[in-house]
Amino acid sequence: MFTFLVKRLFQALIVMFVISLVAFAIQDNLGDPLRELVGQSVSEEERQVLRDELGLNDPYMTKYTRFISNAVQGDLGTSYFFKKPAAEVILNKLQATLELVFGAALIIVFVSIPLGVFSAIHPKSAWTKLIMALSSFGISIPVFLTAIMLMYVFAIELNWLPSYGRGDTVNVLGWETGFLTKDGLLHLILPCISLASIMLPLFIRLVRSEMLEALSSEYVKFATAKGLAMNKIYYQHALKNTMLPVLTVGGVQIGTMVAYTILTETVFQWPGTGFLFLEAINRVDTPLITAYVIFVGLIFVVTNTIVDLLYGVVNPTVNITGKGA
Amino acid sequence: MSLLEVKNLRIEYPSRHGVHAAVKSLSFTIERGEIVGVVGESGAGKSTVGNGIIDLLSPPGVIASGEVFLEGEKVSGLSPQEMRKVRGSKIGFIFQDPMTSLNPLFTIERQLTETILANLDVTPQEAVSRALTLMEQVGIPEPHLRIKQYPHQFSGGMRQRVVIAIALSGEPDLIIADEPTTALDVSIQDQILKLIRDLCIKKNVGCMLVTHDMGVVSNVTDKVAVMYRGDLVEFGATQQVLGTPVHDYTRSLISAVPRSDIKLDRFPLVSYIEEAHEMEKLDVKTHWLGQSEDQRIYTGPLLNVENVSLRFITKDSFFESRREFVQASNNVSFQIQEGETFGLVGESGSGKSTIARVIAGLYPPDEGKVTFEGVDLTALKSEKERRPMRRQMQMVFQNPYTSMNPRMKIFDIIAEPIRFHKLAESEAQTRQIVHDLLDHVGLGRMAGVKYPHEFSGGQRQRISIARALATRPRLLICDEPTSALDVSVQAQILNLLKDLQDELNLTMLFISHDLPVIRQVCDRIGVMKQGQLLEIAPTEQLFTNPQHDYSKHLVSLMPEFKGLRNDLESA
Repeated sequence: MFTFLVKRLFQALIVMFVISLVAFAIQDNLGDPLRELVGQSVSEEERQVLRDELGLNDPYMTKYTRFISNAVQGDLGTSYFFKKPAAEVILNKLQATLELVFGAALIIVFVSIPLGVFSAIHPKSAWTKLIMALSSFGISIPVFLTAIMLMYVFAIELNWLPSYGRGDTVNVLGWETGFLTKDGLLHLILPCISLASIMLPLFIRLVRSEMLEALSSEYVKFATAKGLAMNKIYYQHALKNTMLPVLTVGGVQIGTMVAYTILTETVFQWPGTGFLFLEAINRVDTPLITAYVIFVGLIFVVTNTIVDLLYGVVNPTVNITGKGA
Repeated sequence: MSLLEVKNLRIEYPSRHGVHAAVKSLSFTIERGEIVGVVGESGAGKSTVGNGIIDLLSPPGVIASGEVFLEGEKVSGLSPQEMRKVRGSKIGFIFQDPMTSLNPLFTIERQLTETILANLDVTPQEAVSRALTLMEQVGIPEPHLRIKQYPHQFSGGMRQRVVIAIALSGEPDLIIADEPTTALDVSIQDQILKLIRDLCIKKNVGCMLVTHDMGVVSNVTDKVAVMYRGDLVEFGATQQVLGTPVHDYTRSLISAVPRSDIKLDRFPLVSYIEEAHEMEKLDVKTHWLGQSEDQRIYTGPLLNVENVSLRFITKDSFFESRREFVQASNNVSFQIQEGETFGLVGESGSGKSTIARVIAGLYPPDEGKVTFEGVDLTALKSEKERRPMRRQMQMVFQNPYTSMNPRMKIFDIIAEPIRFHKLAESEAQTRQIVHDLLDHVGLGRMAGVKYPHEFSGGQRQRISIARALATRPRLLICDEPTSALDVSVQAQILNLLKDLQDELNLTMLFISHDLPVIRQVCDRIGVMKQGQLLEIAPTEQLFTNPQHDYSKHLVSLMPEFKGLRNDLESA
């Protein structure tokens, strides 16, 4: 277990190192920080002096070393627009984004697993055909279109649900959550559905094909020959084996969903990191862009490591203690 | 009243191309305490019978007509709910591969107790104690510890014991065992068969043993049913059917079984099987195949394996002292003379295939060297230097289903090595060579335009042999070339290899776990166990007078085929 953790941590460090290189290269080549910092009246000579003072004329490696040593201490630079540390700005907005992703993940789990399992158990049912047809339809519609259509139908025409923003939130142990107020929950519904709509068809198909594979396996046939009830075979023997690959794919997709929030958040004016990122790009707020790239990378690395650990817990044949590699 | 009575059972597989009857009008009976063997080759419908009885046919298979009675009660045509009550509690089932028939994610305890609870009216505590008793009965040591483990922590033989324990756990009256020992080693096969035999007598249950192995049939069954293409061709007491077979097919089948008692020059060909047609004779002396560009001036042993050792890491660690290894090959030395067939025999994991791969250059050895015609193969540095050596050594692999690219036509599969090594002067010559090779292995040149899936296992193995011959090799390494094949097909393939060897003066390294086959094919035999070569002896000497204890053990375990062959041959 210890070896496994050390190994994973080491890999995570390498990944983060590469991400930081990319992120820094963006920061170093995008825009001119002085243009944001000083007014029009400052002369070119004064600008040069300022550049030297700020270390902007140092060699690339010196600048990178300075950047990384600050980053390790949690300082990712100061946002030009907010005049606050970039990390702090992102952390403030991250809560909204994580709630959005969490809501969408809940929808995916509670919709894709029952539908996928049903369509695998009853492959010839008319419902299965409907599910499969809808899922291939769903996979081909872009998120922003889903989002705009949802908004049009439920917010504008029917006026059932709010169309933008987070609504009321309450502070629980320093975390602003919309899950505990009625207004907050209503505001979550449409953004979560549209974010979930990208991954949902994929997961229905994944669950279905993994379940079909489990059902055609020898151990399911043997379980039938043992005289077990079909429900037990479906929901215990086959389902547990189905969930292993779904878990792996799911872990990777959570990271992707954080990245996808850019579209959803923009359409719904959701005050999260995706929306923030888009604004940062418009304002050429390079420290904020860099910080965002590093944060998303970190989320990817963390979720994947957690998934790998969970996989070892669920699957007894994977031995994370290092025996029998 | 018989325990099981099958009356005119017919099982059909409807398809777009019409209805295929896998089993045609089958009738037989099984009594309590009796083992009935159902024997036949692949496609005979023997497994379909077992699956049909407990209604586990893979779709679209259906029981078209006929009835199955268990203790006088009809069990065919029951509703799924009624059928579920028959499964487990009245009929237990043992599948072929213990590696896949247990759920990898559940403990043995869970898989045993859920079966007991589903079939018997007991409390969970009682189920656990019954499970422990069963594990003891099937010979699993330390059941208290092992019951908490997962299937992957058990060896193949131990898993099959668990499967047997599960099959018995619902206290059934009948056990259907579908090839229960095919996936296991000889010594474990023997133990498992004895176990099934003992349990049947002790618990007074009937057993239907589906197998393709005549040795198994003659050793453990009381009665035998011989099936051919869905028909029951013969049914009766084992001694009688094997000793004085009435039907032609039974005779052919029995004669194709490799004899363990005496070495024959050739296998008697099975006349009953369509696939068996003799290959066209080629005058190899004048043919391309016989004209080697290699100059043969070297007179020593063709292949010399010297002190080869190779170990694989089983537990990796950052610290060298904490790494664990398995010694796949431990100081192995042997020589093969030109034109000789050298056999390597041993159980799975004994390192036979590892040696073959070291010789073929697929694994570099940790220590020792391999010389081919005096050239040290392990000293060759670049792929360019190795290439002419690779051409002279070719392999025939065990599984003809996976050793060919399914997207390539047969013609291209065989032509590929010729093109790669630039052995032919022109494309026209390549075509001629491939066609001759296909004729020579008995497939005919028309086979070239087809894809691998259009061929049966035996035909595919012929293609593999043709492919291996296409580089005009000096040494042919055959790694279990017939263990995936039926006996009649095995006989053909072994005959083919023998003929080719005579004509082309091929040298062969023949690897097998099957002692009778080894006895028929090889000139000298090496016995391997846990990476060590224990004994090298000429074939007859090994079988009549084995020196090493392990060789004696192996020879004694060899399933003896107790057919009355003398009658057969005189008839």
